[in-house]
Amino acid sequence: MSPQQFFFIITAVVILVSALMTVITRKMMHSALWFVLALLGVAVIFALLEASFFAVVQVLVYVGAIAILIIFSVMLTRKAMEDTGSQVNKTWVISLLIVNLTAIGGFLAFRSWEVLGTFPTALMAEHYDIGELGMALIDPERFALPFEVTSILLLAALVGAIYIAFQRKEGKK
Amino acid sequence: MSFIADPIPFIITWLTRTMTSWGWPSEIVTVILYVLGALLLTVGAMVFTTMLIWAERKIGGRFQDRPGPNRVGPWGIFQTIADMLKIFTKEFITPVGADKVPYNLAPVLAVAAVLCVWAVLPFSKTVFGSNIGVGLLFLIAVGGLGEVAIILAGFGSNNKYALLGAFRAVAQLLSYEVPMVIVLLIPVMLTGSMGMNDIVAAQKIPFIVLAPVAGMIFFTSLIAENGRAPFDLIEADSELVAGYNIEYSGLKFGFFFVADFLHAFTSALIFATLFLGGWQGPGATNIPILGFIYLLIKTALVYFVMLALRFSLPRFRIDQMMNLNWKFLTPLALFTFMTTAVVNKVLPAGENLLRIGGLLAVNVVLWLIANWAMSSYMVRIPRPVVSGPRPVAVGEKKQAPKEEVAS
Repeated sequence: MSPQQFFFIITAVVILVSALMTVITRKMMHSALWFVLALLGVAVIFALLEASFFAVVQVLVYVGAIAILIIFSVMLTRKAMEDTGSQVNKTWVISLLIVNLTAIGGFLAFRSWEVLGTFPTALMAEHYDIGELGMALIDPERFALPFEVTSILLLAALVGAIYIAFQRKEGKK
Repeated sequence: MSFIADPIPFIITWLTRTMTSWGWPSEIVTVILYVLGALLLTVGAMVFTTMLIWAERKIGGRFQDRPGPNRVGPWGIFQTIADMLKIFTKEFITPVGADKVPYNLAPVLAVAAVLCVWAVLPFSKTVFGSNIGVGLLFLIAVGGLGEVAIILAGFGSNNKYALLGAFRAVAQLLSYEVPMVIVLLIPVMLTGSMGMNDIVAAQKIPFIVLAPVAGMIFFTSLIAENGRAPFDLIEADSELVAGYNIEYSGLKFGFFFVADFLHAFTSALIFATLFLGGWQGPGATNIPILGFIYLLIKTALVYFVMLALRFSLPRFRIDQMMNLNWKFLTPLALFTFMTTAVVNKVLPAGENLLRIGGLLAVNVVLWLIANWAMSSYMVRIPRPVVSGPRPVAVGEKKQAPKEEVAS
């Protein structure tokens, strides 16, 4: 077993366990913290695949921003933190069945995919160039349209958030 | 390659050769060397912090006209070691109702987040942890881990003061990350790369000359990220008792303490690397150990300025702190970024006088505009007068003004 496989197995176990704990733990705050651990695990997977840019962005966006936002909102809604009701709803049997069938089907489908059997080769120096990613994002032949659409979506979300949070100051002149 | 000029790569080649001659496979040798390097770097940083704490207390003492630590050893130099021994023997007190895992994880994560930064900083031409292509993003991302540590501490302690302190700390850290990240784009733009080694190599002329406004914004944000005075609202003892680390005792508090001091020094190191040219200096490319010495001198200078500010300025109020960030630093950072981008593209590339002069001129104009905006804002804000002037020494006998003591 190569060191890479060793680290992959450890990371995979950590991700799976923390993803499971996110769902089954009782306290909402704990599940947010398990979620952070799962996201960090995904960043480690990216790093193992030598996609350092994605690893860093994963930590920056998901752990640094989104997870903190989630933790904040969980803390500010203190009443919901001590949940005592049932953790499953009525459709859990069907959901479990669908999820398992999808997973098994995916596993069977991917088994015949020959890329899975190959071992990742070490990347060359030119693959590290982030400039390539930047060029791809503004090239109209490639991803300029999705990039712009995403930015408009984010802008709309921003404007909406400001509109909801805005208080009209009618009393002041 | 001689030992004197470049000791660390010399040792690495020697170790590799020795272990290979023992018949160990090269993969294992690489892993062992990585682990050894990481261990030595982190332990070295932690041990270095003890001296740092002594230096800071001594300099702080001088700034505030008192001797500072002067009892243990010559000039009190072993004071921190005595403090460390004391802290090792103290009892761990876990508050009732504390959430055990977050409570115990927080101090470890706080130190780890700072030490991670050292992995990408180039110490000389040949000595660096890892030259990943996204080094600068890594610095910012790891800063986010420190915020998670603070939240864990505040939440796990089961204490209202700790929770409030954590909220306030994270609000401050997140806010000041905004101008910092915008301004960090300027070294990236001037270099054309996010790798730390490339950024240092591009600084034949330090970026503080090409982008002084950006450097100053970055410096201010760094102090705020440290939570040092004048931005020490995180540990405003008059309001929060001690902030997020109120429930920690013994070694766990020591971890936060070490993280705080190490973070301050690391910030100075980052500033020296990004804006003062890192290890660049006369003769540093041929004799790498000289580069390390240059970097240390630059870092010490920046650190000294940080200490001077810390020990001579009073604390901001929280609304002043937020105003400074959102109404002043963030717009200024955006303007600086845009103008630098345009000017950098318009002027001919390379290290010619026109480009340097142009960038400098733009920065001077920006500085004047910012200064005018700030001073006109300062004039407009109302300043409530709590009490009238109270003369301390009056020459001739006069009716002493009735003192209006508040409350």
